Amino acid sequence: MAKHWWKALTVLILVYVIIRGFTIEIPIIGTNGQSSRGLFFHVPMWMCMYTMFTISVVNSVLYLAKYDLRRDVYASAAANVGVFYGILGFATGTLWATYTWGGSFTSDPKQMLTAVALMIYMAYLVLRLSIPDIDKRARISAVFNVFAFALLIPLTYIIPRMVDSLHPGSATTPGFASSDTDNHMKEVLYPAFIGWVLLSVWIYTLLVRYKKLELKNIFK
Amino acid sequence: MKSSAFRQTITLVKKDILLELRQKYAFYGILLYIISTVFVINLMVSKPEEKIWNALFWVVQLFVAVNAIAKSFLQENRGRLLYFYSLVHPRSFIVAKLIYNIILMCVMTLITIVCCMMFLGNPVTSFLYFMGVSLLGGISLSLLFTMLAAIAAQANQNAALMAIMGFPIMLPLLMLLSNIAKSSFITVYQPGLPKMFLMLGSMDILIIALSLVLFPFLWKD
Repeated sequence: MAKHWWKALTVLILVYVIIRGFTIEIPIIGTNGQSSRGLFFHVPMWMCMYTMFTISVVNSVLYLAKYDLRRDVYASAAANVGVFYGILGFATGTLWATYTWGGSFTSDPKQMLTAVALMIYMAYLVLRLSIPDIDKRARISAVFNVFAFALLIPLTYIIPRMVDSLHPGSATTPGFASSDTDNHMKEVLYPAFIGWVLLSVWIYTLLVRYKKLELKNIFK
Repeated sequence: MKSSAFRQTITLVKKDILLELRQKYAFYGILLYIISTVFVINLMVSKPEEKIWNALFWVVQLFVAVNAIAKSFLQENRGRLLYFYSLVHPRSFIVAKLIYNIILMCVMTLITIVCCMMFLGNPVTSFLYFMGVSLLGGISLSLLFTMLAAIAAQANQNAALMAIMGFPIMLPLLMLLSNIAKSSFITVYQPGLPKMFLMLGSMDILIIALSLVLFPFLWKD
């Protein structure tokens, strides 16, 4: 039981985030109106995605160093959860864009490049499905995972900050932090980061246990 | 040791070029592919305007790259790969493949430019600039697809896999290239042009570094 206290904490934090997120008084920034509340759900999704993809690439590198199949299970489970959170982040962002940018799919560089990065990770999952041999699959997908992570960072983090984008926090559009004078948004946003990331780790541990059960003949 | 790795690489490139000159199979296959693609476009839209011309050119370029480079690993059968494995270091093998594919892709790019200008009209105003950008594009595409072909060759020689892995990655590359090439049609002011060249260059270096680091792991079988 002592090991599971953080799961209870996750639930408590997320209940707080959802209730406070929808009821707290927030600054009205430009045309955003009440849609700024999407911040509490949209930004943490990306934090979760980056956390999961980082876990995934670290395990892939460790796999290539030691050839331990357990590492491959960790890497693939993390990539699965990461893609799931990426899709959620993309969906919440698209919802917000529908009401503030006037279109769900605009040709905004940040949105497009994020879609590209997610597609690269989906290609990773397809690559895994296409190789039947376990050891070969582990090795080739580990190589591709390192490749994908090396492209993820410039695509979603560096290039969108260099070019003009409508997305808050890019080269020409200011973020929300400067308008949040009484720190109401930060009161919810920081717990939201912790809560959602903990939830993603929880899902990840469940997926790892499931995948290990699938391969229990190998792991003993 | 350094010089022997260098010599191994040169020998492997020579071997690839010699094979190509003897068989002429890949070369004429792709030549036919380019001409028929461009000719079909000509039948459909005859003389497109600049923007469409640019888009069609890069699409043709992409499919030529996929077809030309997929062959470079697919033609090596398992026995021959094993033979190379016992002879050379994997890094000199991948460098040789990269160099050979760059040469192949440069030739193909020049042919594509000539074909496009013959069949689709010539909206290019600054020819040298456009040729430089297309060669740069050909090199970038060949680097990327060499790495992906190496991965696909390990996964049961699956060419469809290469498409799945390749298309999301080359998307930003092609967007960048077609934007850079825009300046050769009309004199437009593009403030971000040096930055885009920088991005393209760093992407190429990233891909080369990754292939050099990761290929030895793919090779072990």
